[in-house]
Amino acid sequence: MASVALSEAEKVYIVHGVQEDLRVDGRGCEDYRCVEVETDVVSNTSGSARVKLGHTDILVGVKAEMGTPKLERPNEGYLEFFVDCSANATPEFEGRGGDDLGTEIANTLYRIFNNKSSVDLKSLCISPREHCWVLYVDVLLLECGGNLFDAISIAVKAALFNTRIPRVRVLEDEEGSKDIELSDDPYDCIRLSVENVPCIVTLCKIGYRHVVDATLQEEACSLASLLVSVTSKGVVTCMRKVGKGSLDPESIFEMMETGKRMGKVLHTSLQSVLQKEESLGPKRQKVGFLG
Amino acid sequence: MALEMRLPVARKPLSESLGREAKKHLVVPGDTITTDTGFMRGHGTYMGEEKLIASVAGSVERVNKLICVKALKTRYNGEVGDIVVGRITERRRSAEDELAMRGFLQEGDLISAEVQAVFSDGAVSLHTRSLKYGKLGQGVLVQVSPSLVKRQKTHFHDLPCGASLILGNNGFIWIYPTSEHKDEDAGGFTANLEPVSLADREVISRLRNCIVSLVTQRIMLYDTSILYCYEASLPHQIKDILKPEIMEEIVIETRQRLLEQEG
Repeated sequence: MASVALSEAEKVYIVHGVQEDLRVDGRGCEDYRCVEVETDVVSNTSGSARVKLGHTDILVGVKAEMGTPKLERPNEGYLEFFVDCSANATPEFEGRGGDDLGTEIANTLYRIFNNKSSVDLKSLCISPREHCWVLYVDVLLLECGGNLFDAISIAVKAALFNTRIPRVRVLEDEEGSKDIELSDDPYDCIRLSVENVPCIVTLCKIGYRHVVDATLQEEACSLASLLVSVTSKGVVTCMRKVGKGSLDPESIFEMMETGKRMGKVLHTSLQSVLQKEESLGPKRQKVGFLG
Repeated sequence: MALEMRLPVARKPLSESLGREAKKHLVVPGDTITTDTGFMRGHGTYMGEEKLIASVAGSVERVNKLICVKALKTRYNGEVGDIVVGRITERRRSAEDELAMRGFLQEGDLISAEVQAVFSDGAVSLHTRSLKYGKLGQGVLVQVSPSLVKRQKTHFHDLPCGASLILGNNGFIWIYPTSEHKDEDAGGFTANLEPVSLADREVISRLRNCIVSLVTQRIMLYDTSILYCYEASLPHQIKDILKPEIMEEIVIETRQRLLEQEG
């Protein structure tokens, strides 16, 4: 993870502040920074989203391509994740420096989506054992300002909401050979249901309290963090501990409860923003990257 | 517990919100400023083929016969006598150094110092030969562009609201609680690690958010502008200051007060 150097006195200041529920930028322990979400920013993808959380900037693009289903799941399509930590984000990612973090984030994404209910994979099947939709989800880290996992999971959910997969029909010939026909109307597409797509809430343990949405400085003061993946109904799909320090089982329970609460709020806010954006229609003014 | 999600809003061009009539003359490196040879060249310009060419990207400033280009965003260029706040990233590894300095300064520590000399390659040499310089204790560091820190007589300010500032010329701004006892026998190399009171913390967090808002709106930073911004932000909660609409409101009020004070 990108890190900043801090002096001992600065760390002490941050830790004492968290314990008094007043962080450096005036937030409480359970406050997020202002989040900006925009979808459909990349035109040649099936779906895309950009999320800005303080100084963290994430761009996600989803491309739907046809492929063969996996052998053990012949009736389902699947998702492939790739995370690119670009050198734009921080000089530490120069060359191959960002690869470790990239694979860590991609593995976490695979884990949280590795259950039956997150995405309806059966709807991605075209013909069993032969053709299915494969969704390649590419995450690009533009700027790293702390709390990467939360921002990435919000962006992935928004991009999947925005994804439009072309409707196809399988035609069978007299000889039995199958042909796949794409619909003529470019707007005739299927959308994914993202109701059960989980979001990650990262809780960093600082001192004897935990905070959500830590900045880079706060992450440098925290020895252990808990990543909780929560669905909109408050169900925890996966949990992971990161960091060198240890966590008391009591605090793990407390942090998980906080994670569930924050997760539900995160989902309702994201849902309302996505609905609002959709209601503005195709004529909405896109801000994009030069706004 | 608060979480706010919103759709992004396109930024308005700055000149609209400022209400300036004359547009600034913006140049990029290589642009011709003027073909009139009667002008003296200032910073950011050079003479080539009978015309004045810009060497940095910025706005052209003209004072009588002197033309210079003020860069909008630069790397810090050291001048002798500048106050800087810096973080120790690397140190010389020699035996004397180990014995003497490691007790006082570690890697990652913040210090305030003055520029003693500038080398031809741009490197600066610093000194802390005064009791007011030295290691910095508890507080908050804000990193801004060096071009936004106004050059003043003094860069150490004790604000009436209860916190103190060091406005480093290199763009590193240090906000710390004003300590009650000012006797610095140790010469400022031992840090006080006792918890800072909640009231002081609120002042420091508010100042930090005010500085961040001023920087977003490209206002020059000096003690008066920061103080006016602090006073304008008092009706709002500290964490709300960073919301775009409240930030704009506070900065417009600050700008008005600064214009009234000048004119």
